[in-house]
Amino acid sequence: MTREPVLTIRDLHLAFGRWGRKSNVLHGISLHVGAGEKVALVGESGSGKSVTARLAMGLLQESRATHATGSIRFDGIEAVKGGPEIARRRGNRVAMIFQDPTSALNPTFKIRGQFREVLRSAEPRLSDAEADRRAEAALAEVSIPDPARALDSYAFQLSGGMNQRVMIAMALANRPELLIADEPGTALDVTVQAQTLKLMGDLAATRGTAVLLISHNLGVVREFADRVYVIYRGRMVEHATTKQLFAAPRHPYTQALLSAIPKISGGGLPDLPERSPDFERPLIVHEGCGEPAEVV
Amino acid sequence: MNWKFTLPRIGAALIALIGISMLIFAIARVMPGDPARIALGPNATEEQVATLRAERHLDAALPVQYWEFVKALSRGDLGRSLYTNRPVTTDIAQFLPATLELVLVSVIIMVVVGLPLGALSAHFRGRFPDHLGRLIALLGICTPAFVWGVILQLVFGYFYPIFPIEGRLLESTPVPPTVTGFYLIDTLLSGNLSAFGDALHHLILPATALALAGIGQTARLTRSNMIEVYAKPYVEMASAYGFRPWRIATRYAFRPAFIPTLTILGLECAAMLGNAFLVEKVFGWPGISRYGVEVIIRKDLDAIVGTVLIIAAAFLIMNILVDVLVSIINPRIRLSQRKS
Repeated sequence: MTREPVLTIRDLHLAFGRWGRKSNVLHGISLHVGAGEKVALVGESGSGKSVTARLAMGLLQESRATHATGSIRFDGIEAVKGGPEIARRRGNRVAMIFQDPTSALNPTFKIRGQFREVLRSAEPRLSDAEADRRAEAALAEVSIPDPARALDSYAFQLSGGMNQRVMIAMALANRPELLIADEPGTALDVTVQAQTLKLMGDLAATRGTAVLLISHNLGVVREFADRVYVIYRGRMVEHATTKQLFAAPRHPYTQALLSAIPKISGGGLPDLPERSPDFERPLIVHEGCGEPAEVV
Repeated sequence: MNWKFTLPRIGAALIALIGISMLIFAIARVMPGDPARIALGPNATEEQVATLRAERHLDAALPVQYWEFVKALSRGDLGRSLYTNRPVTTDIAQFLPATLELVLVSVIIMVVVGLPLGALSAHFRGRFPDHLGRLIALLGICTPAFVWGVILQLVFGYFYPIFPIEGRLLESTPVPPTVTGFYLIDTLLSGNLSAFGDALHHLILPATALALAGIGQTARLTRSNMIEVYAKPYVEMASAYGFRPWRIATRYAFRPAFIPTLTILGLECAAMLGNAFLVEKVFGWPGISRYGVEVIIRKDLDAIVGTVLIIAAAFLIMNILVDVLVSIINPRIRLSQRKS
């Protein structure tokens, strides 16, 4: 039995800019994430992986400088233009985990208040007591030793790893269909990052939540994902199962990425045929494969 | 109350106040002109002037005069005004409440109008409400308060005479028995509602004139701080987790943005005490600010020192209050203080 994918992106184009000055960021991205599937979106900084995720959540479309075309199907709605339909689904049907958990939590409110707000995005009439009960249960599930105390703390009083657990608990509290993890825990040290990633993966699996992992770290991707999309300068250059990709990368960019994984025995990073971006003419991406992004 | 946090600030304020008293004491005395001669007028004889100078220790050395001043101050005596011929404390007790009342109402107008204006501007940044809000803010800032005073008097006192343009009460309204010196409170305490209405009626124009610059300042500050906060990851997180935009604007982005705004607001309030004199002059408002300017022109030494000290004290109190408030809404400051 094949179920309809949770998220289907088709031929997504994106340009930023206003008053006739536009720079094209995405050139026809297509991807899908099936129910309960773990999919990774891999690419270097500025390749467009984060904006793709944010577009899928409708986070960028409110700005008049965002011009997105194509199709983003999520949860039975079309989200490419953003709008209240997708906004209503944020926090309960789709949730996001951020790069730096400590700065992603509000420094002037305790975890308790923010957690209540998250729970109320799914159930606006939830009582304080019930919200706190659920928050404590959710924090216990991510192995936070003293949930009540964590709730009464501010983000800056907790460690990065703890905050990451809090974020995971918040993200999964409303049992979303899809969890988008944008380079989760890149700001944390590798061991804590690996721990929290494993925790996130396990919890998502038990709940049947699909995960779209955005990363530039192929080591992490190999551990985590079933399928991998490789994005390069706004274009999808490769799509394969994780096994295939690591065994036989087809696209030269993917090959370069794979050979860039530092090896203990290796001779360091290989030389990529690149040059620095030209700052005199911003928004023009350096030569690589394909045509440079056009500046209109 | 967190005394560990507050006490050092009060101590620092007292030291500052002592410094200010020395400074203003010296400055008042090096200003040109003989205060005794100015007070007695051109027809007084040299002997009369000499007697007054001796009476006020004006011929003694500066430190000796300051010592006399401190001794009197310890008895709660700020000296005698040569201009009103009353104890300075009596003058201050009469004029200070009028100014405080005016400034407090201005601050309320400033906060109630300025904060939402700035928050709305930030929320609609780059769109029409933002442009309108910024235009209003700019007009408020670049037009001096006394010009606003005259404009308001012309429009709402002359073309559309709906507000009185002078004084604190109508001639026909009895002055309420003095309890606080705030007419809004005293009229309520005496149970005279029509007098309360009259006092409020008289307050609106001058308070608005005084508040307009502050409204602009507050709106701009709030706007820029809000925009800065809107770019923070925790605001994106709030959107991504389904917080309602209204909740973000009024709560999750507003509180962090309000912390730096509050500091400036506090200084703005204190500055109003001193800046109120132009508005007081335009609206015939019997306040301490106008009194201060008049005694400076008349070189009324004791009154100058007394007025400046009171306004400086108000400044310092305001500062402490702001520090305490900031520490309440900013958990980082509050918690780091508790630890140390």
